[in-house]
Amino acid sequence: MIDKVFPSPDAAVADIPDNVTIMFGGFVSAGSPTTLILALQRKGVRGITGIANNIGLGDKLDVLCEQRQLRKMIASFAIRASGARASLFEQQYRAGEVELEVVPQGTLAERIRAAGAGLGGFYTRTGVGTPVAEGKEVREIDGELYLFERPLGADYALLKAAKADSLGNLVYHGAGRNFNVPMATAARTVIAEADEIVPAGSLDPELIVTPGIYVDRVVLAERHVLRWFG
Amino acid sequence: MPQGLTRELIALRVARELHDGMYVNLGIGLPTLVANFVDPSVQIIFQAENGILGYGGILETDFDQDLINAGGQPVGILPGACFFGSDASFAMIRGRHVDLAVLGGLQVSEQGDLANWIVPERGGGSIGGAMDLAAGARRLIVAMEHATPAGQPKILRRCTYPLTAQRCVNLIVTDLAVIEVTADGLLLRELAPGVSAADVAALTEAPLHHAADLREMSL
Repeated sequence: MIDKVFPSPDAAVADIPDNVTIMFGGFVSAGSPTTLILALQRKGVRGITGIANNIGLGDKLDVLCEQRQLRKMIASFAIRASGARASLFEQQYRAGEVELEVVPQGTLAERIRAAGAGLGGFYTRTGVGTPVAEGKEVREIDGELYLFERPLGADYALLKAAKADSLGNLVYHGAGRNFNVPMATAARTVIAEADEIVPAGSLDPELIVTPGIYVDRVVLAERHVLRWFG
Repeated sequence: MPQGLTRELIALRVARELHDGMYVNLGIGLPTLVANFVDPSVQIIFQAENGILGYGGILETDFDQDLINAGGQPVGILPGACFFGSDASFAMIRGRHVDLAVLGGLQVSEQGDLANWIVPERGGGSIGGAMDLAAGARRLIVAMEHATPAGQPKILRRCTYPLTAQRCVNLIVTDLAVIEVTADGLLLRELAPGVSAADVAALTEAPLHHAADLREMSL
């Protein structure tokens, strides 16, 4: 019998070693895997290359900077335009203590999707003529210029869903899908926290968003209130 | 410097460009205000690149942390709304299905190049969805102050800041003027009340052609 449910968030992240690449689903407060992030903090995994849409914007990812667990972030949004209320990540970035690779949000999502779909990359108009294009192939297709972008996978993905079943099928709430959906497909080990865990067969198959084949572990989410005030 | 429009009045003028049935993405900052000024007799469906079609007003209380717009603000959803992941959202954007995007700007060139994601002397920078929206929306309006607080022009012959996208801007709406980007350069179409074409030219580095029907903005 397949049962992907883990007894605790600490058990779900217990085998994550140092110096791995970890994807984190979520967009600001929506669909952010806070329970698993806090378990990762407790475990003290170090040398993490993190992949997430954002860090330090009302998400809890910034706590991984408290004990300098992050080596590098790959994100679309990490440094605020204004100097107000800098995150720990931003302070450490400006001090040269952590690396940042800024990727356009759609390119980030599609690179992750490409990795999960077994594709060797894709051509996009996004980024042509900008610093993002540096060192990348530019190709003219039907009279327009496109940039070649490579797939982006990870060792682990930490996700947040509204409901999971014991087979790892996931449904989301509101705008909580965001990067959870492509990231579910693009890591060797995928761990999802969910507000509710139900027996297999109790989710409507017509409404499942992430098929269980992608998900390795499921754990019950703790309630954490997140709010971003700009 | 001449007295220009408030940010709210810039947003009101941009809102006149939104027509019934359009799918529209509003960038963070000033563009977010545009939603407040849409004519109630038209139906606009707002796309949030974090995965919503059909979000409504910003909520101050009783919010749901999973229901936010792309600026992270809690929003309501309207009847007929739907949700999707970030990969589908940007396929929608790059695939030219979004009729109009409104973004803020640091600099716009006379060719319609846009720079809006990094101030080089400040470092860092955050791209978010701006590059995909600039490259993918069918029509792009930049809503911004005409000049910097120090009075430096932001509408230039060439952008000096790193670009967001090349030749992407269709219309520039500022506190002083409405300027269309055409194949022949920039066309000054409208002036804010009390602002002259000479005032605008003095704060614009790029040359401006005057529209045959150059007029005062109707607000």
